[in-house]
Amino acid sequence: MKDTILELRGIKKYFPIQKGLLKRTVGYIKAVDHVDLFVKRNQIVGIVGESGCGKSTLARCILRLYEIDDGKIFFNGKDVTTLTKKELKSYRQKVQIVFQDPYSSLNPKLTIKSSLMDGVKQANVEKPKRIEKISELLELVGLPKDSMHKYPHQFSGGQRQRICIARALSLNPELIVCDEPVSALDVSVQAQIINLLMELKEKIGLSLIFITHDLNLVGYFCDYVYVMYMGKIVECAPTLDIFKNPHHPYTRLLLDSIPGKRKQRPDSVFINKQDSQLNTQCGFAPRCKYFSKKCENNLDLREIEKGHWVRCSLI
Amino acid sequence: MENMSPPLYELWEILKKNRLAIAGLTTLLIFFLVAILGLFLTSGKNPIYDPAKVRLEAKLLPPMTVIHENTLNTLNEKDIPPFRIFLFGTDHLGRDVFSRMLQGAWVSLTVGFVAVGISVFIGIIIGGIAGYYGNKSISLDYLLLFIILICGLIIIYYKKWLGTFILLFFIVATSIKKLFKKNFFNFSILIDSIIMGIIDIMLCFPSFFLILTVVALLPPSIYNIMVVIGLTSWMGTARFIRAEFLSLREREFVLAAKAMGVSDLIIIFKHMLPNAITPVLVSATIGIARAILTEAGLSFLGFGVPPPHATWGNILSEGKYYLFDAPWLTLIPGTAILIVVLAFNLFGEGLRDALNPKSRD
Repeated sequence: MKDTILELRGIKKYFPIQKGLLKRTVGYIKAVDHVDLFVKRNQIVGIVGESGCGKSTLARCILRLYEIDDGKIFFNGKDVTTLTKKELKSYRQKVQIVFQDPYSSLNPKLTIKSSLMDGVKQANVEKPKRIEKISELLELVGLPKDSMHKYPHQFSGGQRQRICIARALSLNPELIVCDEPVSALDVSVQAQIINLLMELKEKIGLSLIFITHDLNLVGYFCDYVYVMYMGKIVECAPTLDIFKNPHHPYTRLLLDSIPGKRKQRPDSVFINKQDSQLNTQCGFAPRCKYFSKKCENNLDLREIEKGHWVRCSLI
Repeated sequence: MENMSPPLYELWEILKKNRLAIAGLTTLLIFFLVAILGLFLTSGKNPIYDPAKVRLEAKLLPPMTVIHENTLNTLNEKDIPPFRIFLFGTDHLGRDVFSRMLQGAWVSLTVGFVAVGISVFIGIIIGGIAGYYGNKSISLDYLLLFIILICGLIIIYYKKWLGTFILLFFIVATSIKKLFKKNFFNFSILIDSIIMGIIDIMLCFPSFFLILTVVALLPPSIYNIMVVIGLTSWMGTARFIRAEFLSLREREFVLAAKAMGVSDLIIIFKHMLPNAITPVLVSATIGIARAILTEAGLSFLGFGVPPPHATWGNILSEGKYYLFDAPWLTLIPGTAILIVVLAFNLFGEGLRDALNPKSRD
């Protein structure tokens, strides 16, 4: 068994909805709702789900870019939700993020060198070795050394994403959260970035959290998959299990939606009555074709096979 | 040109096509040159052009008056200006208007730049706090303590005993708060709404009259005027910076820097400010023109730089009594102000057009 590097326990992030002159809070958007998640060392964990289901919010919560409302994050067995400022800095060296949009992830006014310099400085590299370290990083992600004097607009999207990965690597992290790193790129470039990430995983022994809505990618290179729907984990299992034996209706819908694999025309989106009229806590109920009376029952994640958890009352 | 910062190079390419802006820029460069030369030519013990030299026998001479052997032979040899010509004529005391204009150019330049420098500085700090830390809230306790501290510091300048008393009260209140470790008022306000409130209040004052009041209370000096103009015109900059910071705060490269553990100050000054500064530059350029106009207006009303130091405003002001006998006394400084202000405005507008992303097709 590999040891666990990151462990999330009941992470909650609610955004208040404010109305009126006095900014009264009238409700909450439950962006991330009681999420448990484990990442083992040198493992690639995929998080899939549709747009707006809270994947990116979860990523930002992991990096402590958002203050979480409840729950605990353990990194290497240490609780990082109650860190002091100094400890937070060392935590941030070990966990890094690569964003979706390579066009806004780099400061347009800075050369690549000074963009990367931030990270190298944070990693406490001595002054004379910094330039050397930057060129090493650029080589690692497959860019020529002299590109450090260029500006972001002189690169293509794929190259910029490589620079972002180099920036994340500049702190020698143990875990990189990739927030849809390839969805803004075209397919041939996607493959390059994916291969780069896999190579880095082998070379440096990185762990990766890979957030995406592309199931093909997940099937290609993730070890373990979490399926998210409306802020909740609805199913999680090793990749092969999910593809062979999906249990949750939403996972099935996702798998059926992979272009080329579709067996019949998809149903209209909302096949049941509106949310509030359904007597269930299941967020997927309005779209679920298996919806029945049983859905009133409890909705906890249950282990149905070894390592395969599902949140559905029907199973 | 290859390694020039790309936005700058692009900016120059676009700006080059705008003839009015280039005309403005050229005028401004000439103005800088004249102002700096003027400083050297008119200052010192025996300046080449002496702006304060009174020649009662040569008063109200029209421009381009040449001194011959037979005219003005009563004039002392060392009172005769260089090249024996009064280029812009003389005023009612026989002072050389050209020298006075040279001296005034430096005043206008420094007033414009220092005042706008102060206003941009304050604007960046206040707008930056509102934009970056705006979503944090401050409890009423700390706000009240802060207000007491500021009041104490201001009052101690005028009334020692009252100020000391207030500061003592501040120290006692702070230590009581430290002791109990809880908030006495269970109420907190967003930093953003406090700062925006202050900005809105400042914008309500008719600024020229505010400046007039303050200048009337303070001893007349050129530095007071610069500071006062600067202190009353930072609101625009603050709003620009706040608006830009609000959108930059959510941009990925700022989040990435935060995720790397880069300190707030480096994020603000290395990553956010260079991306937010462009609208400020434009408004600063136009702000310089406004500051020059304000200074001229104050000098005209007699609240400006005290005589005998010449400024374009007070040349104009003294000339108004001789409007029909010696129109050049008002025409020359008036035209100079017009040209410089116009040049700043044209250049500022050209800069704004060049920085507008829509003009980059």
